[in-house]
Amino acid sequence: MSADTVPLTGWGRTAPTAARPTRPRSYEEAVAAVRGCGARGGIPRGLGRAYGDAAQNAGGAVFDMTGLDRVHAIDADGGTVLCGAGVSLHRLMEVLLPLGWFVPVTPGTRHVTVGGAIGADVHGKNHHVSGSFSRHVLSFELLTADGEIRTVRRDTPLFDATTGGMGLTGMILTATVQLQPVETSLMSVDTERARDLDDLMARLTATDHAYRYSVAWIDLLARGAATGRAVLTRGNHAPLEALRSSGAPEGGARARRDASGTRARRDPSGTRAHRDPLAFRTPRFPAPPAFFPEGLLNRTTVGLFNELWYRTSPRARTGRLQGIPAFFHPLDGVPHWNRVYGRGGLVQYQFVVGHGHEETLHRIVRRVSGHRCPSFLAVLKRFGDADPGWLSFPVPGWTLAMDLPAGLPGLGALLDEIDDEVAAVGGRVYLAKDSRLRPELLATMYPRLDDFRALRAELDPRGVFTSDLSRRLAL
Amino acid sequence: MKDAFGLPQSLLVLGGTSEIALATARRLVVRRARTVWLAGRPSPALESAAAELRALGADVHTAAFDALDPESHETVLGKIFAQGDIDMVLLAFGILGDQAHDERDPVAAVRVAQTNYTGAVSAGLVSARALQAQGHGSLVVLSSVAGERARRANFIYGSSKAGLDTFTQGLGDALHGTGVHVMVVRPGFVRSRMTAGLEEAPLATTPEAVATAIELGLRRRSEAVWVPGALRMVMSALRHLPRGVFRRLSL
Repeated sequence: MSADTVPLTGWGRTAPTAARPTRPRSYEEAVAAVRGCGARGGIPRGLGRAYGDAAQNAGGAVFDMTGLDRVHAIDADGGTVLCGAGVSLHRLMEVLLPLGWFVPVTPGTRHVTVGGAIGADVHGKNHHVSGSFSRHVLSFELLTADGEIRTVRRDTPLFDATTGGMGLTGMILTATVQLQPVETSLMSVDTERARDLDDLMARLTATDHAYRYSVAWIDLLARGAATGRAVLTRGNHAPLEALRSSGAPEGGARARRDASGTRARRDPSGTRAHRDPLAFRTPRFPAPPAFFPEGLLNRTTVGLFNELWYRTSPRARTGRLQGIPAFFHPLDGVPHWNRVYGRGGLVQYQFVVGHGHEETLHRIVRRVSGHRCPSFLAVLKRFGDADPGWLSFPVPGWTLAMDLPAGLPGLGALLDEIDDEVAAVGGRVYLAKDSRLRPELLATMYPRLDDFRALRAELDPRGVFTSDLSRRLAL
Repeated sequence: MKDAFGLPQSLLVLGGTSEIALATARRLVVRRARTVWLAGRPSPALESAAAELRALGADVHTAAFDALDPESHETVLGKIFAQGDIDMVLLAFGILGDQAHDERDPVAAVRVAQTNYTGAVSAGLVSARALQAQGHGSLVVLSSVAGERARRANFIYGSSKAGLDTFTQGLGDALHGTGVHVMVVRPGFVRSRMTAGLEEAPLATTPEAVATAIELGLRRRSEAVWVPGALRMVMSALRHLPRGVFRRLSL
């Protein structure tokens, strides 16, 4: 190994391994990088937001895709965009919102690339309505192990293997994505509290269909009768007339003053939000220091935070206007927020169990809260229909995601036990977040795994596309 | 590959009959390790150790390895690494010698030094290069508190461990940023075959406790681990005692 290797980790900052980064800026450079990546292969990497080892390749090459960052074409009438795989959803929002279009699906961070969103087949708060990201991908160009560039269309095996395929079928170069029309860049948000897990699931089941976006923040440290208490935030894109009738979004003192009327009198066109309904404003706070003291996230501090979060959330409030960053990506406001977990890093664990297995979900929530894991703001969501990606994560049912400090004693064993429960009822864990699953369980969780392996064996017999994840789980 | 908790899927033990190494291997097999290589001088003990780990469900191989033959290390270890990635190398071979006897028999004393120090330098460098080429892995080296300060009762052994300890620390610095993690483990008195019949020192520990500490060190990506942890403070005090006082302690 020469000196040009760098240690890399996922967003969870666990299990660093060293790889040789290359940053192709054109198709030619991408082909050359794939052809010359050496015996230990290579893996595309976007903005490094996968929590685990999906975009690491120890001893081999890592293709930094952020060089393919061009938005090639926008069809402002039909609502499609053709862009390079390294374009981030953040960039797409900047470009598309002024034209009245929004990305079809966004995960909890907009700092992911389009290529990464396809590779992990990401989902968002609108999964129960819109499915996962791949449902809105019309086609993409894929550079495969043989150095050829293929145009991959929907309803083909290669498409279904690549969506959710964690970058192991090849390098996505460009993609054409169907967009979502919006009248404003604001969200009309309803908030309510659920006193326990049953209450929460009942509310989600009863009224989720009325909202395009829905998510619940669960307090996993609450015990006893309050186990699984939660704050539901659900919303829709605010129509233009909502700006006239309602208050301006949170996050701007000036805008609020506008709404209360002091400035509005001087400005006949109304609030700032109303003057520029499609503006995309992103607040940013300072990043935590690079060496954050370990152990600040403990049961006491996180318990206090969760308590405050729950207590200060409105019991029921409707029609509150919120900006896109505040509604979809609250954590993006703090760059490098993963540093607050200190040197030990964090493990993000997300699983899904199908409808009818609510008892398993109950058991797992009780188990996590009984273990007193200092997990702040775990997220529960009701998934809608699955998409055909072979290794795509979402299936209809309940998904729970939690952030946990990797240094927590007994965490490994606890998660292993939860894995068993999840697998026993046909559920699965999310590979884009995984950093510790046992390979034995993978085939149970992903029944199309054999198809995926067979396609890879045919398309890429030498294993050119290889990652730490694929080595660890024998994908 | 190691998981988020630093637990390896494949393990190479150099000194495959060491009790500390086997306690560690048992622990890691119960967690994640599926492939285990036991390298050591061919013996029934090595085979029975392999059988014991196989019974726990691991895929166990043995390889003939002699610390006293550094010329062969490249070949022996090269073959093992060629079979697939090794997530963790546990360098566990070492002999205690017999201080009183060895002081009168310099050849025997040199054998202690060659096994514990020069043999480990060679095996450590060969392993380090292989780990660096694969871009990941942990090299865990069993040192000893005996290397921390020379003691009248075991300075031949202690000096060899002092050399090994310093070597390992330097190797860890050399490999910093290469994806390879180097960890030196400094147990105190461990109740085992090696120390059978010796008078027990304060803060004595067991192979299982060392294994637990190694697992914790892997999770934290520690560079040095003391077993038990209190020895870190004790030794840092002892290190600064004046020679005259230390001599009189008859440790």
